[in-house]
Amino acid sequence: MKSILFSAAIAAMSLTAAPVIANEAAMAARHGEMRLLAHSLGVLGGMAKGQIEYDKLRAEVAADTLVAVTSIDQSMLWPEGTETGTMEGSSAKPEIWGDKADFTAKWEDLHKAAQTMKTAAGEGQQAIGAAMGDVGGACSACHKVYRVSKN
Amino acid sequence: MRRLLIICVALALAGAAVFLVLTRPATLPAAELAELDGLSGDATRGETVFWAGGCASCHAAPEAEGDDLLVLTGGERLASPFGTFIAPNISPDPTHGIGDWTRADLANALTRGTDPAGRHLYPAFPYTSYIHMELQDIADLDTFLRTLPADATPNEPHEISFPFTIRRGLGLWNMLYLTEDWAIPGDLPEARTRGRYLVEGPGHCSECHTPRGPIGGLERGQWLTGAENPTGDGRIPGLTPGQLDWSAEDIAYYLETGFTPDFDSAGGHMAKVVTNLSHLAPEDRAAIAAYLKALPAQ
Repeated sequence: MKSILFSAAIAAMSLTAAPVIANEAAMAARHGEMRLLAHSLGVLGGMAKGQIEYDKLRAEVAADTLVAVTSIDQSMLWPEGTETGTMEGSSAKPEIWGDKADFTAKWEDLHKAAQTMKTAAGEGQQAIGAAMGDVGGACSACHKVYRVSKN
Repeated sequence: MRRLLIICVALALAGAAVFLVLTRPATLPAAELAELDGLSGDATRGETVFWAGGCASCHAAPEAEGDDLLVLTGGERLASPFGTFIAPNISPDPTHGIGDWTRADLANALTRGTDPAGRHLYPAFPYTSYIHMELQDIADLDTFLRTLPADATPNEPHEISFPFTIRRGLGLWNMLYLTEDWAIPGDLPEARTRGRYLVEGPGHCSECHTPRGPIGGLERGQWLTGAENPTGDGRIPGLTPGQLDWSAEDIAYYLETGFTPDFDSAGGHMAKVVTNLSHLAPEDRAAIAAYLKALPAQ
């Protein structure tokens, strides 16, 4: 009897634990996307600011990364239960799940801005600077509504 | 007994009279209003003042983006310990907006927190910062605001309770907290002088980045050292050199694009501020950075 109860308890735990682990993996993947974006933007932004010398090849690789990351379909990465307050380490506001269509549209806006950057990357510092404004606008448009502040 | 009663009534009346005199809503001095009247307003320069002043952050519809930022319907909700203030319509609609305000009406609201009916406005509207605005900037802003589309969205009442519903009491609050003095006084080099004007004046940075005391006045001794976020969403960071170690260039770039030196990006209300400040000239963003870098270290 005891062992049945024990097995049942283990089974119950694994039933609840599995989604938590899957959710944490989804959040980690999201954070990974953001880090990849930040890394490429560091190269492009450094060139825009004049802190890194313009190098066509490096700029294009960085812009290609932005295009690639923003091409990733987000539908599996935002399961319910991964919002701030529910999952430790999450800055995702619950509003994301209230308006998924708008959230997805904002991600697509970032993709469009990344494509603009892809063209700009081949042109030079000034073009990159202008394209950084579009990318920054797309980042902020989403963070403004869907991410909690960190400080 | 009767005599005592008379004395009490007399004292009460005298007290009420003093209260009414002390709490009378102020307007700009006549000489300044006359000077303002003689200025010619320029809509292009006024648009810069509009973005520097962050008008759209609260007076555009809450989710507005792009051209909708120029439709000043109001509706943004500002949480505070005293209740929630709801930004009014300031589009040129004569009934629901401020289309029937004169330039002097706008100036009195901006710099003294007094509306055309002679009532105190609540300091959720940052007239405590706008008091520093130059008359030419007010004239230009007035001209620009009149070019914007009228919108007939009715105003919503503030969600506040007694005693804060008594506007007259704000006269006492203004005596304590409304001042023309700079927080960082004295003669500064040119860029920092411009930066001080933008930060302490139209930019009204201190309204969120400086802590407030028990009755909502800014703790000017802790200028721009960070504060609780009244929305409960994190803490608003301090901007003094000891708290923000970014270079002046990094600060200016953040204000232009929203990117931190680590290429994280601005969120929350600050994202709106970045949208506004991206419309300014690069020298203005650099001036803000120069001012912040020279703040007393914390």
